[in-house]
Amino acid sequence: MAQLRELRDRIRSVQSTRKITKAQELIATSRITRAQARVEASRPYAEEITRVLTALADASPLDHPLLVERDNSRRSAVLVVTSDRGFCGAYNANVIRAAEELQNTLRQQGKTPLLYVIGRKGEAYYRFRNREITKSWSGFTDRPDYANAADVGETLVRAFMQGTEDAKHHETSEDVLGVDEIHLVHTEFVSMLTQKPIIRRVAPLEVEYTESQGLRPAYDFEPDASTLFRALLPKYINTRLFAGLLDSAASEHAARRTAMKSATDNADEIVRNLSREANQARQAQITQEISEIVGGVEALSSAGSE
Amino acid sequence: MAEMSVELVAVERRLWSGKATSVVAQTTEGVIGILPGHEPMLGQLVEGGVVKIATPDHETVTAAVHGGFLSTSNGVVSVLAESAELAQEIDVAAARRDAEGEDEQTRIRARSRLRVAGYSV
Repeated sequence: MAQLRELRDRIRSVQSTRKITKAQELIATSRITRAQARVEASRPYAEEITRVLTALADASPLDHPLLVERDNSRRSAVLVVTSDRGFCGAYNANVIRAAEELQNTLRQQGKTPLLYVIGRKGEAYYRFRNREITKSWSGFTDRPDYANAADVGETLVRAFMQGTEDAKHHETSEDVLGVDEIHLVHTEFVSMLTQKPIIRRVAPLEVEYTESQGLRPAYDFEPDASTLFRALLPKYINTRLFAGLLDSAASEHAARRTAMKSATDNADEIVRNLSREANQARQAQITQEISEIVGGVEALSSAGSE
Repeated sequence: MAEMSVELVAVERRLWSGKATSVVAQTTEGVIGILPGHEPMLGQLVEGGVVKIATPDHETVTAAVHGGFLSTSNGVVSVLAESAELAQEIDVAAARRDAEGEDEQTRIRARSRLRVAGYSV
């Protein structure tokens, strides 16, 4: 019977799809733990550099360009962190939506957003819509290294240091467009089941003035405070970017696990329904065969008795 | 003997932390030795530098530190590095290869790794 064979073919195909989604789910599960451990491992450095920077900020005047708010900023860099691979549910859609909202807000404020994209999925999204990407990086979103963050950070800080004011004076000398602000759009790992897109301004850094508590230690600086400040600030930005990348990687794996788990569950359900149908078809076939045989025997025996 | 606590942290992980009696490092200004009770200080370390930490039980922890800072206050010394490796973790063969490499930065880093691992370069 043709219908029975068709059903069995479909069951087989759903089962092989299920194998893939199940494998993806298991891989993602094992990687979440590792990604979270990396987020954890990067924390001591982030805390230390913040502490050191705070000590320095107290001692030296806060006039570094990375700290000073620019009055009439015209261009803003928007760095969007997406994933390289799909199979992760709404992970990319969510972060891209947040980035679009940010760009709209920036446009309303009269600033031109410049897109910097991390991850193949984001690249594909903007390229398909013919949107201009200033620069993009990919190939490391599921396991980012500090070197990747440093690479991205260097590009952004260079554009930032140039600024839009400077660009007017020697527009021809540089091929990079300067920016006055850097925004980072990435996904925050809230829990295994919840990841939400988050927008952070990386530069200019927001300076908090706090009341001093008692006496501050009088630091000795080698080299002098302002040279140190210049060396430390870009590193601090890189640290912020790196933290964002790590958080996104953990979120990506978590999103993939959730998506793959529901895909596996759906496959299970389809297989269950199809098997039920197939069994029904098989039984119907047997019943029909029996009734055909019984019918045949009856016909023969009635023919013989005549 | 007086002691201080030392934290050696790289961006991706904490390499070492514990009590120490002295720390020796090279800042951009020159070699600096830190003993317990040092005045609060913040310094930028040279590219491809070597940090030596002497522990109270007379052992020495040596690490190759790249792109680092050193800060000390209130009896806590922290060494921050973009990347760092402890002496026993260094892959000597890879470092030797890098020391012959093209890139200036890679060469400097590889040399400090070799020095830390106890080879003269």
